[in-house]
Amino acid sequence: MSKSFRPGVITANDLRNGEVVYFTAADHWSSDHTQAEWLADAAQAAQRLNRAQQDSHIVVDPYLAEAQRNAAGEPEPTHFREQFRTRGPSNYWHGKQAA
Amino acid sequence: MYSYQPFDKAFVRRRITQFREQIRRRLDGSLTEEEFKPFRLMNGLYMQLHAYMLRVAIPYGTFSPAQLRQMAYIADRWDKGYGHFTTRQNIQYNWPQLDNVADILEALADVDMHAIQTSGNCIRNVTADHFAGAAADEIEDPRPTAELIRQWSTDHPEFMFLPRKFKIALTGSPQDRAVTRAHDIGLQMQRDATGAPGYTVIVGGGLGRTPVIGQVIREFLPKAELLPYLEAILSVYNSIGRRDNLYKARIKITVQQVGLEAFRAQVEERFQRIRPHFSGVDQALLTELEAAFAPPEYQTADTSAFDQARQQDPIFNAWAGTNLHPHKHPDYAIVTVSLKAHGQTPGDINSHQMRVLADLAETCGHSDLRASHEQNLILPHVHKGDLPALHAALREHGLATANIGLISDIIACPGMDYCSLAMARSIPIAQQIAQRFDELEHQIGPLKVKISGCINACGHHHVGHIGILGMDRGGVESYQITLGGDHTEQATLGKRTGQGFSYEDILPAMERLIQAYLAQRSTADESFTDTYRRLGPAPFKTALYAHV
Ligand code: SF4
Repeated sequence: MSKSFRPGVITANDLRNGEVVYFTAADHWSSDHTQAEWLADAAQAAQRLNRAQQDSHIVVDPYLAEAQRNAAGEPEPTHFREQFRTRGPSNYWHGKQAA
Repeated sequence: MYSYQPFDKAFVRRRITQFREQIRRRLDGSLTEEEFKPFRLMNGLYMQLHAYMLRVAIPYGTFSPAQLRQMAYIADRWDKGYGHFTTRQNIQYNWPQLDNVADILEALADVDMHAIQTSGNCIRNVTADHFAGAAADEIEDPRPTAELIRQWSTDHPEFMFLPRKFKIALTGSPQDRAVTRAHDIGLQMQRDATGAPGYTVIVGGGLGRTPVIGQVIREFLPKAELLPYLEAILSVYNSIGRRDNLYKARIKITVQQVGLEAFRAQVEERFQRIRPHFSGVDQALLTELEAAFAPPEYQTADTSAFDQARQQDPIFNAWAGTNLHPHKHPDYAIVTVSLKAHGQTPGDINSHQMRVLADLAETCGHSDLRASHEQNLILPHVHKGDLPALHAALREHGLATANIGLISDIIACPGMDYCSLAMARSIPIAQQIAQRFDELEHQIGPLKVKISGCINACGHHHVGHIGILGMDRGGVESYQITLGGDHTEQATLGKRTGQGFSYEDILPAMERLIQAYLAQRSTADESFTDTYRRLGPAPFKTALYAHV
């Protein structure tokens, strides 16, 4: 893991409604990616992912998604797939962008 | 159409009861996701990018107005007011919540529908020509056979855990509208020397990562031998198909690796062994099914309103030119209702439109509806005298786009707007192309554009006249163009033109391609495909790449 490690956040889908969620430093799942815990260290990320995976009654398939921090220090996903996940589909104003 | 028997109803309800309990146990933590996933997939429930997705089966694309109204009800009550018709004649809901899914399935069961065989490594929902039972060129309606296959394949104990998913498509017409050459098994109805109908059996076709045009394994199979022969193919595949490598597990790879002749020999050997065990019950059932799919009682009425409207109303005439297809009854037409209004999402229909269409199917469509793999809906039996009024009603509700077979009648998979496997978006590319060529498309003429958001090729890009494949190139959406594909009985895989184009550059690339075609075609009637076949890829590649 450490070889290819890039800083990021832990994300998953909510078990009940499927919504994209992010793991916070307080061990909660937030629907807001800016609330995600920023993980810059490989060992720490592995340990946090391990913890997140214990929430299998709350979320589905947590994983580490690459992100960087914006000017405000909040995590922002770098890959377009993850950026879409923070918003919703492009053909309708559905998903998070509609909230 | 076929009506569920008490057996079918009980089977579907029992499955829902089981799944309701499995959902409850998942939600209370008794089941892990790993344990639950095979159950949810057996019931058509996927986890996608932003939400769950429920894929509902529409066997051989045939459904009733009552079923369409129920789809509308489900869309309103548990989803976001619309449904998405797929390239496998299914409908998908993009936003169900897990704790509602069993209720949705109950609502489907109320109208004899379900989500079984829409996922997993089983024999999937069987697909057929969407003009079945109506097309003028048809030998016989393939749907009784399709229903027989559905009943045989549902929960078939031997074929619940195949190496990979398995798709069967049928056509009763020589004109192949069911893409039979790109299925694990394709069945094309033929007549033998005595005039008796049977099937040419095609095996090992498929798109995806390794696209293969299926090969004929049996030139002519009498109808009575169909099920044992299918069972023989499945049985051989089940025993020698690869399970060690996901990408080599489809039957197309098995046939390639073993060789068609050796594969055929194994199938024939197996067939000889199991043939005696088919006692004829299947044929008795087939006879019953043929009665269930009897043609409607056609009306005799004046068709002059149709001829007049064609002469006097240019909008109607344009629509009639693209959206009507010859019916076996001379006073009737097959109507394709386009779900490709320019700028809309291919295959999407809102609940209001569903209800309108259900009403129209009842008033002037003999209560018959179809979904096509091209993501449109069909009224297969409309009397020509009713067409002007039907067109007016469709128009009022955004369902009369006159573009069937034209550049905006695009197949597009959900891509990265919904699909968790996607590498790039498909829908906005389709929307942009449709809008860009809106004015020009009747001048451009027949042209099939097919877009997939990843190599799995749900958007059939390999067999598009112009295929577009979405990829991820170094963290950027990129679109590769293929040319010269054909999804018909002359099935052909398109050839890659070269490097992909970025999200911003794909529309300008399409513009150059179309301009090149318009400049190069010998007459206004020479289609894109004919021009491509005459000239080869060179002028199109030049148009695509010479400017860089
Ligand atoms: S082609 Fe790929 S992106 Fe499109 S629906 Fe299929 S798996 Fe998803």
